[in-house]
Amino acid sequence: MVKTNLDVGRLSERFRMMLRIRAFEEFAIRAADEKLVLGAIHPSIGQEACATGICAALRKDDFLLSTHRGHGHTLAKGADATAMMRELFGREGGICGGKGGSMHIADFSVGMLGANGVVAANINIAAGAAHAAKLMGQDKISVCIFGDGAINRGPFLEGLNWAAAFKLPVLFVCEDNEWASTTRSKDVTGGDSPGKRAEALGIAAEQVDGNDVMAVEDATTRLVAAIRAGGGPRLLHAVTYRLLGHTSVDKAAYRPDGEADKKWTNCPISRASTLLTGAGMSQTELDSFRSNAFDEMQAAFDDAKASPWPNTVNAYADVQDIGALQPLDT
Amino acid sequence: MPSMTYREAGRLAVQEAMRADPTVWCVGEDLGRGGVFGQYAGLEAEFGTDRICSAPISEAAIMGAAVGAAMAGTRPIVEMRFADFALCAIDELVNQAAKARYMFGGQSKVPITVREPMGMWRSSAAQHSQSLESWYTHIPGLVVVAPSTPADNYGLLSAAIEADDPVVYMEHKNLWDVSGEVNSGEIIPLGKARIARSGTDVTIVSWSAQLHTALDATKILSREGIEAEVIDLRSLWPWDEEAVAKSLSKTGRLIVCHEAVSVSGFGAEILATISERHFGLLKRPPIRLAAPRIPISYAPNLEDEVRVTADDIAQAARRID
Ligand SMILES: Cc1ncc(C[n+]2csc(CCOP(=O)(O)OP(=O)(O)O)c2C)c(N)n1
Repeated sequence: MVKTNLDVGRLSERFRMMLRIRAFEEFAIRAADEKLVLGAIHPSIGQEACATGICAALRKDDFLLSTHRGHGHTLAKGADATAMMRELFGREGGICGGKGGSMHIADFSVGMLGANGVVAANINIAAGAAHAAKLMGQDKISVCIFGDGAINRGPFLEGLNWAAAFKLPVLFVCEDNEWASTTRSKDVTGGDSPGKRAEALGIAAEQVDGNDVMAVEDATTRLVAAIRAGGGPRLLHAVTYRLLGHTSVDKAAYRPDGEADKKWTNCPISRASTLLTGAGMSQTELDSFRSNAFDEMQAAFDDAKASPWPNTVNAYADVQDIGALQPLDT
Repeated sequence: MPSMTYREAGRLAVQEAMRADPTVWCVGEDLGRGGVFGQYAGLEAEFGTDRICSAPISEAAIMGAAVGAAMAGTRPIVEMRFADFALCAIDELVNQAAKARYMFGGQSKVPITVREPMGMWRSSAAQHSQSLESWYTHIPGLVVVAPSTPADNYGLLSAAIEADDPVVYMEHKNLWDVSGEVNSGEIIPLGKARIARSGTDVTIVSWSAQLHTALDATKILSREGIEAEVIDLRSLWPWDEEAVAKSLSKTGRLIVCHEAVSVSGFGAEILATISERHFGLLKRPPIRLAAPRIPISYAPNLEDEVRVTADDIAQAARRID
């Protein structure tokens, strides 16, 4: 059935971004399997519609703060895939000079103020970035994405209350993939939803199907407009699912048999693909989108693999201005 | 030279910095009414409630928001009320503020000044009296400052606010009312010690309120013919190793005294460094005077058990002679 109001051009653009994220992470997982990526990586496979939909509704100068599962968010905000892949490999030319790795991926040039290795820590930091924008009279907003597990840490209360009390331009997004590491979040979480908690603090909240990229974008666009108009913070609860394990090496054996298999049918990329086919897009075109994404990330992978390690003296750089150590070997 | 209190000197540094730079702002609990110790008195009237931001009792959010606001282009002055309460914001300070610049490969600095009033202050007991300066010296990325005089509180706080690094700035609660000369514009570089008293017989290194006790001890010693040199370290990271070594080349005798617990206190670092790198300057084994490893009590006589007194210092100076 052809949906009459489907914006095919927009959906195909979002589809291509989701494919880029998927391909990036598939190569990252391969690199981890081949011991080219040495630290832990947390794939967001199955959650690409959140990153894509949210970032599509933002300006380049808006701030985005992410989580340990942040490759998709960072790519969607506009970071360069090759510099990101080099960072995962810990190589020279990595987006953070090889000093952060996957969990500290950041690209300040596109407003991406960092993933974070500490669950929920970015909630307060995002509120602060919005605080600064407000103090300086800028109309940028700050978006903080966090998981369902993060809402049980203190910064969720402190940061949301802060944003509400100071009426700050922040969009909080709970990207709810049902699982927090090996624990099902609803087993350890009181109350009905993150949205209810936000509402208790005076923050209007919406829930959205986090696997429907257009719905995520539309909801974000609406909320961002309200925030930019001076309406204070909002919360978006995007319901999705983590299709793989917590990290690339986690087989997620703790999940009930068949749970993930069933969820694969709801994969945001398959859903978008079905919609595009329904709207008359040819298989050849869809396939070419896939191979473009694959080729881009294959090139990033090859580039990262061929890149040298960072110069050892860089271990001493960017610690601090006052009281910094001098490199031992210069 | 105008005379003012340590409290007023800190306030002047903040006021001048805020006048000079619109991106400087203060955030902490009860700042609107001047802060718990009056160190922000009148600033809200001059700068308004946006820049003198009275925060909810959310230490993690105060510190975390300051980190985000610093990465987004402002220069927050963070008020923690009591150094003890900063422990509620330790992730934000240690994992975030101190690490962001490094982890992100230099994409952003985190210019925040974290004011943490510390130390013993009339029967404040175990959760309102601690001196935890040495903890922060252990964290790469942080600068640690502990002023002892009004002039230093003005000059060092001005430098801290100007710095692009996260600075843990520890004023001593027992010094707020101490008066002294302060000259506007006299900014003191971080990491440089001050010779608080010159002498030739023994070097006493200290900082913050304990410095004054060390100076009291020199009066006792002077009557006995022992002339002690007192070094006010002012900053603990970076600390002025050169100034200490220079003094030791004259005296050959080292006493370090501080209010914090002796075990893993900053005195340990000073003694270790001097022993490793300047052993030849020492004519006698160095001495540390610091608190025993017990919490701080409420009852005055129990509280006094952790204090290093002028007599303790004088005795050590006689012993080392
Ligand atoms: C403060 C803190 N506690 C624990 C961890 C270990 N940890 C890393 S990710 C994670 C699960 C987080 O779950 P959620 O917030 O739902 O995000 P998701 O992993 O599902 O994306 C845990 C417990 C951590 N990084 N930080």
